[in-house]
Formats: sequence, structure tokens, C-alpha cells
Amino acid sequence: MKDQRITAHDEETGNHTAVRSGPLTIRDSVIRIAGNSQDGIQSVGAMLARLAGRSDMEVMTYMTIPATISGGPSIFQVHMGSGEVLSAGDAADILVAFYQHSYEEHLDTVRDGGILLYDTTHVTPDIDALRARRITPAGVPMTSLTIEILGGTGKQKGKNIFLFGLLARVFRLDMKKVRQLIRERFGGKDESVLRNALLALEGGYAYSIGDVMSLFSFETPSAGGRPKVSMTGNQALAYGAIAGGVRFGAAYPITPWTEVMEQLRQDLPRYGGSFIQTEDELAAISAALGAAYGGTVAMTGSSGPGIALKSEAISYAVMAEIPVLIVDVQRGGPSTGMPTNVEQSDLNLACHAGHGDAPRVVVAPTDVEDCFHLTAEAVRIACKYSVPVILLSDQALATRIEAFDMPDLSTIEPAVFDRNGTVPTHKPYPLDALTRHAPPGTLIEDGNYPNITGLEHDENGHPSASSKMHAAMTNKRRDKLSSLARELPVPEVYGPEEGEILLVGWGSTKGIIREAVDRAKSQGRTLSALHLRHLNPLPGGLEEIFMRFQKVLVVEMNDSDANGCGQLALILRAETCLKRIGGITKTDGLSFRVREILARLPKEELSTVT
Amino acid sequence: MTMNQTIPTPETACPASCPASVTATRANLKADKPTWCPGCGDYAVLAAYQKLLENRRLPQESIVTLSGIGCSSRFPYFVNTHSVHYIHGRILPFATGLSLTRPDLHPFVFIGDGDAYSIGGNHFDHCARKNLQLTVVVMDNHVYGLTKKQTSPTSPIGFRSKTDPWGSKATPLNPTKKLISSGATFVARTLAADPAHMLAMMEEAMDHEGFSVVECLSECVQFNRGSYDAAVPRKGGEFPLIPDDHDVTDEEAAYSLTKKAFPGYFGIYYKVRRPTLNEGEAEIARDMQPRPKGLVASEILRSALERLT
Ligand code: SF4
Repeated sequence: MKDQRITAHDEETGNHTAVRSGPLTIRDSVIRIAGNSQDGIQSVGAMLARLAGRSDMEVMTYMTIPATISGGPSIFQVHMGSGEVLSAGDAADILVAFYQHSYEEHLDTVRDGGILLYDTTHVTPDIDALRARRITPAGVPMTSLTIEILGGTGKQKGKNIFLFGLLARVFRLDMKKVRQLIRERFGGKDESVLRNALLALEGGYAYSIGDVMSLFSFETPSAGGRPKVSMTGNQALAYGAIAGGVRFGAAYPITPWTEVMEQLRQDLPRYGGSFIQTEDELAAISAALGAAYGGTVAMTGSSGPGIALKSEAISYAVMAEIPVLIVDVQRGGPSTGMPTNVEQSDLNLACHAGHGDAPRVVVAPTDVEDCFHLTAEAVRIACKYSVPVILLSDQALATRIEAFDMPDLSTIEPAVFDRNGTVPTHKPYPLDALTRHAPPGTLIEDGNYPNITGLEHDENGHPSASSKMHAAMTNKRRDKLSSLARELPVPEVYGPEEGEILLVGWGSTKGIIREAVDRAKSQGRTLSALHLRHLNPLPGGLEEIFMRFQKVLVVEMNDSDANGCGQLALILRAETCLKRIGGITKTDGLSFRVREILARLPKEELSTVT
Repeated sequence: MTMNQTIPTPETACPASCPASVTATRANLKADKPTWCPGCGDYAVLAAYQKLLENRRLPQESIVTLSGIGCSSRFPYFVNTHSVHYIHGRILPFATGLSLTRPDLHPFVFIGDGDAYSIGGNHFDHCARKNLQLTVVVMDNHVYGLTKKQTSPTSPIGFRSKTDPWGSKATPLNPTKKLISSGATFVARTLAADPAHMLAMMEEAMDHEGFSVVECLSECVQFNRGSYDAAVPRKGGEFPLIPDDHDVTDEEAAYSLTKKAFPGYFGIYYKVRRPTLNEGEAEIARDMQPRPKGLVASEILRSALERLT
């Protein structure tokens, strides 16, 4: 235990209950709320996350949603703290169980010495089992008290708000801010709704929870610094697109992408733009390309199955050099797969979807904040190089809430095309320059109007069957990626610059991999990590970095190779010809946990270079 | 627009024409020499389109010619306008994106029966129901010409092709009937061999507010020669015009016209005014205008983000 502070969720070092004299100050805490999907636990989780953001705390959430429309077990996990929060947390400090099945299913996820907060109306815990693991039980008749407070419909509405009040008490949250949140969330509706919500909140807050209060004291940081915004990855992605300049979009609904299109449908009109729902995925990308051709920065998006359908048009966008942002919020595949689970198995699809040699850009945001910034950057890249850019998010990132610094919009230059301009002459496909289309409405003074085409073409866009021209145009399309690669910074290594093992990751696993590095260090093992945001083209300098480590293990949620290499590992092997690249992969539809990564490391220190 | 400019409404968007504009003439609209077979009906469609643009004295830079894949879809290379040769079947959704974002332009789409009624059939239904502001000319030759004679969705029963050497067994699609039932607000039928009638239909289509379709029989002399002779008086056929007393707003009456045996009626089957999707979207944009007026995009975004603090 360092500095009188402990990381409460750290199950490996979680021995603090033994040496307690008075409440312990903890810096961060993981709360897992388990119930059914209609209990409103997502909204409590979201409010907790928002509150944490407003209190200058770091926060990260994780949730599971049943694939069915109504009912079904569901959890929401919130990790908040005053230090750097890297992941949604492995083990829970507090489990809130609404039902017996919630208790039974999730008790394993509580760390030894943790707290079980349960609804006595529905849960009968096994006290001996709890004692064996030093878990403190705290039974609260949540359902019956809520019914009592609200005048009982028996429908149990408001139980979630009662719980919010209870947690506010346990964590000594600032009730002024809590009440304000409730007012924002329920104000504007029927007045009785707000009144009931406040009643339920105060009821929970007033409940005397006894013992639990003496266990620890939660350190709330003092406010300061930039204000924080908290939102889900899907929300951040939508705002990032707007910040980047997107003013038109078209898509077809598919989980877990749909919230992005719903939000853009509502928001884009405010910016003079629009977002439409199309009859299918092929129409969606086609409409986006039509708008982009017309001089509006455009996007489409989907999840894996929909991206596969768009692939013919992706090749067209490459050939015709039309800029477009294509978002893939990945889910478990192949086929309909596991729509509400996480997987990173569309990397190959993103890099190769389509026919012919069709170079395109692929990027992957690493956390919710990056969903905002990298989406804006993806738009910039698409427009600068007149190329389709595929952005790979995933189900975990889509639904995760994080608080991050209010973006500085003055640093983001939104992409924009000139319309209705006048140019003396225009070649849509110059061999010695990047393509920049002249949208219709552009007056071309020499009177030669451009053809935009998927046929191989000459510089004016007229069909060309010349073998020389095809080779030259193929080079032109490919060279964009080389130019972009030169623009990308060499990624930074987290931890020592050389050593035994380098963990490489991409996408939503960044925080968990860093946490694995930190935890390994506290256990006396030195690891390093490197996280890739640009996947095609890859940034330069990777081979040199990899050469400084004995083993390079690519951590990813997919499985494409019997030798344990995932999709990125195989790409990196192909790029660098380094056999020291291996994989730590998994496909259980859930996010990585720190201990899963650590358990897969080679047991012995490596002595020979492979 | 950039973050620092005010949001233009569709009404204030810069009109396509500006002082330096050159109006379209048949001379400046000339582009590559068409590669169609000599005698192909598509030449007449191209000539009619160029004449239409010239008659309308449109600024050349404001004309957009779009196509899919097939013999007829080579069209954009043969007319000197802003033009797009897209993929098979999907030009209508491409035109949707363009139409919705460029209220100052009127896109023209030229496609064949394969694009319109087979691979892209679903899109035709949805463009029709959404009533987008654009004009589609289907150059229907009842055969796949570019791939050298396979059955098309409009090939008659018994049509012998390389994929139906014993004669087609499937009932051909009835384009006008299909379009009316899909919700198209302007449906006309014409014949490439009658240039005056074809031009008149194109003019009416262009003037229509909403989704306008001209189903145009255009003979493939290479693989379906003589197929439309029954409609050409100088070849001994007759060219039945839709009766003068037909009420173009009467959907039932329009359906009954579609039942006439080949060569069927020519003229305007159906024409009604219904709000376009373009108008609907513009109305949403107007209603959603942030207050106070004149806010720039970065200010709107900042206030949206502030609500998430
Ligand atoms: S094959 Fe038929 S449709 Fe094609 S150009 Fe020749 S005549 Fe025209």
C-alpha cells in the first residue's frame, strides 16, 4: 500500500480490509449494477458517469445489453476515480443486485473484501459464502421502499433513482450536483415525473446503510482544469463527424451503429445538413457518394454485415476518388453473429472490402475521446486525399461512457468543398497532383466538363483501355497511402523503449492494455505497450520498434489463425516479416480483462530472440 | 461551409448560374463520339437530351448527367456536362444524395432496363415513394446489349437469348404499372424512334416537381432488331397515343392504360403533385435552424457539447 491510498478494484493487491483502522481513502472504485434491461440501470449508470465528469473525476463505463427487445439480464459498470481511469475495471468493488439471478450471476465479479448491495425484496444472499470472501452484505428493501415513497404502482418505476440516492450517500457525492442532474434528466416532462424522481432520490439518500459507510471514504477531487464532457463512444463519433465538417449522411439501421445515425439525423439539420435513412446499405453509401460528388462532406456507417454490402461502392469510391467517411461499429461476427457483443473482427474487411486493387484508409479510435478527435481527423484525411476512410469502432466503445476534456474546437479545421466556383480548366484525375473534384455547378472556362467514373480513365475521366494509363492511375491511387503514411507520427511506446515483451493493440483495448502494463510492473515484471490508431496505412518506424523487443504480442478480440495470431498480428507480420510477432486473442464477445492479458504472457522470461 | 460561416438555407444557396455562365448549345454539349452500334436507338435519346438542354438555355455548368452500367449508361461520355458513370443498379441512390444536397441543380439520370428494373429495382421503388426531385429516362431495349444478348426483366415471354435459348419463360415486368404503384408522381412512356414525342415527354418530365420517369423504348438493333416495329407507323405499326380525355391524376385510369397489349400507349400516364422529399427535408432544416439566427457551426457544436458537461 503506497501513500495510504489503494486501488480498490485491484483484486491481486486487494488486502486492505485486513489492516483497517477507520475508513480507508480510496481513489477509484468500480460499481457494477446488475438487473434487467427495463430497470433503468443504464440511466443510473449514465448519470453517475456524468456526475463523475462534472466532479472532475475520470470515469469509464461498460454495459451489456440483451439482444432481445424487452427484458433480459443487463449490467452497467461504472469505474470512477480521481486518478487516471484506463478501463471499465476488471473486478467490482460494489455489486448492486436487483434480483436473485443478478446476484448469482455476478457475485464472482466482486473482489474479495468488496460490498454487495442488494434488494432484499428479491435477493437472498448466501451469507456464509460472502463471509468466506470477506464481502460485506448490505441489504436494502429497494423495491418496497420505492413503492412506499412513490405511492406504489407495484411497477417498481423509480427503483433506479432510489439506488442513485443510495449510491450518492455511500460515495458522499455532492447532492447539489446530483439534484441538478435529476432536474435536467426529468425536467421538461410531466411535473409529477420530476417530483417522483426527486422523492425517490431523497428516499435513497436518507436511507441509513450502516456498516458500509464505515468501510471506506471516497476521495472526491477538487474541481479545476478544463470542463469535462461525458458521453458514449457513439455520441462522440457523431459529434466528431460534425466537427470534422460532415454535413450529409445516409445509412441503414443496424446494431450497434444505429445510435450514431439517429443522433446525426436529429443534429445535422441544425448545421444546415441532413442525414437520411435509406432502403438498404448499398443505397446508403451511394447516397453519401452522391452528396460528396455534389460538394457536401458526407459519411455513411454500419456494422460488419452492412459494410460487406457496401464493398462494391467502396471500390468505386477508390477508383472515382470520391472522399467519404465510412464508420464500422464492429460487433461479434461472422454473419448476424453476436449483435450486442464486442469483437474486433472487421479489420480484414475494412482493409480489403471491395474488388480490385482498392487502397483506402483505415483508422480505429482508442477511447471515447478519440472517437471524437479521430473521426474529425478521418474526415480531414478523406477530403485531403479524395479517398474513402473506414473508421473502426466497436460495440464496447459505442456504449461506453467516458468523461473527457471539452474539445477545443478552435483547433479543428472542418473540411469543406468549394461549390459553384469558376476555374479556367479542370482535370478530375491529374497524374501529378491529388484529385480535388470540381462539384457540379463549377464553371469550367475552357468548356471541358469532367466525367467521374469507375471505368479506368485518363486524366479527364474519359474511359481508357491503355495499359500504361491503368498502371499510372493504379500508382496514383496507391501513392496516396504512402503520402499519408509519411504524415503519421511514429507511435509512442508506453513503458520502456526496449525489453522482453511489447504488447501491441488497436481500438478500444488501449486502456486495458496500459493497465496490464501497470499491473505487471507492480508485480515486478516489465512490459511495454504500443497502440495503433492508423491501421492502413500503418505509420512508419514500427519495424525498428519491434526489433527492440524479444516478443511482440498483438492483443485483439478476433481469431484468424490457428497459431494464435489475430488479424492485426498477421498484417504486422506481412509488413515486417518478423516472426517475433504473435498474438493474444480472444473471441468470447466480451472486453479484455487485465488478468486475461497477464495470464497469456509467456511464463518464463524470454532469453532467446525468436 | 466552414465553422466560421453562417449556415446557408436552401433558399440562400448560391444559384448555379453566375454572370460568366455559358448556356448549353448542341455544339458545346458535344463530347466523345458515341460508341453505340450504328442505328442504335440511343443516338436519338442523346440528341433529344441535347436539344432539351439547348431549348432551355441552361447554364452548362448547372447540368448534371448521371448513369449506371449498360450500353445506354455510356451516355455521360457523349454529352459535355458535369457527369457521373456510377456502378450497376445504384445510380438512383447516388442521385438521391446529390438531389437532396444540391437544390440548385436538376439531376438527369439515364439508365437501361437492367439498372432500372433488375439489379436496381428496389431503389426505383424507394426513389418513387420518396418523390425526389430528379428525372430518370429509362432507355428500355428489352435485352442486355452490353453483355451481348441475355434476357432482361422486360424481355417478352418467348424471347430467345443466350441465357434463354428456348425462349424466356418469365412474365416481363410492366414498367409503367410498377412505377405508378411505387408512388412515382410523373410516369410517361415514349419511343426513341419518335424524336418529337420523346422530346415533349422529356420537357414535361423536367418541368415536373418531383420524381419524374420517362420509360423510353430504345431499340437495340444488334440483339433485338425490329422489336418495336409494331409501334412505328413507317414500318407498318401504329403509335397509340394516350386518349386526350385521360385524367393524368386518376390513378385507377392510369393503371387501366398500362394493361393495353404491346406496343401499348404512349404519353403521360400519371402526373400528380405531392410534396417532395427535398421539400420535406428543407422544412426540417428550416424548423431546426438554431436560435439566435446566424450562429456559426462551431458555436452550435460548442453549446451541444456544453449540455454534456
Ligand atoms: S448492343 Fe444494342 S443497345 Fe448496345 S449499342 Fe448496340 S444496338 Fe445499342
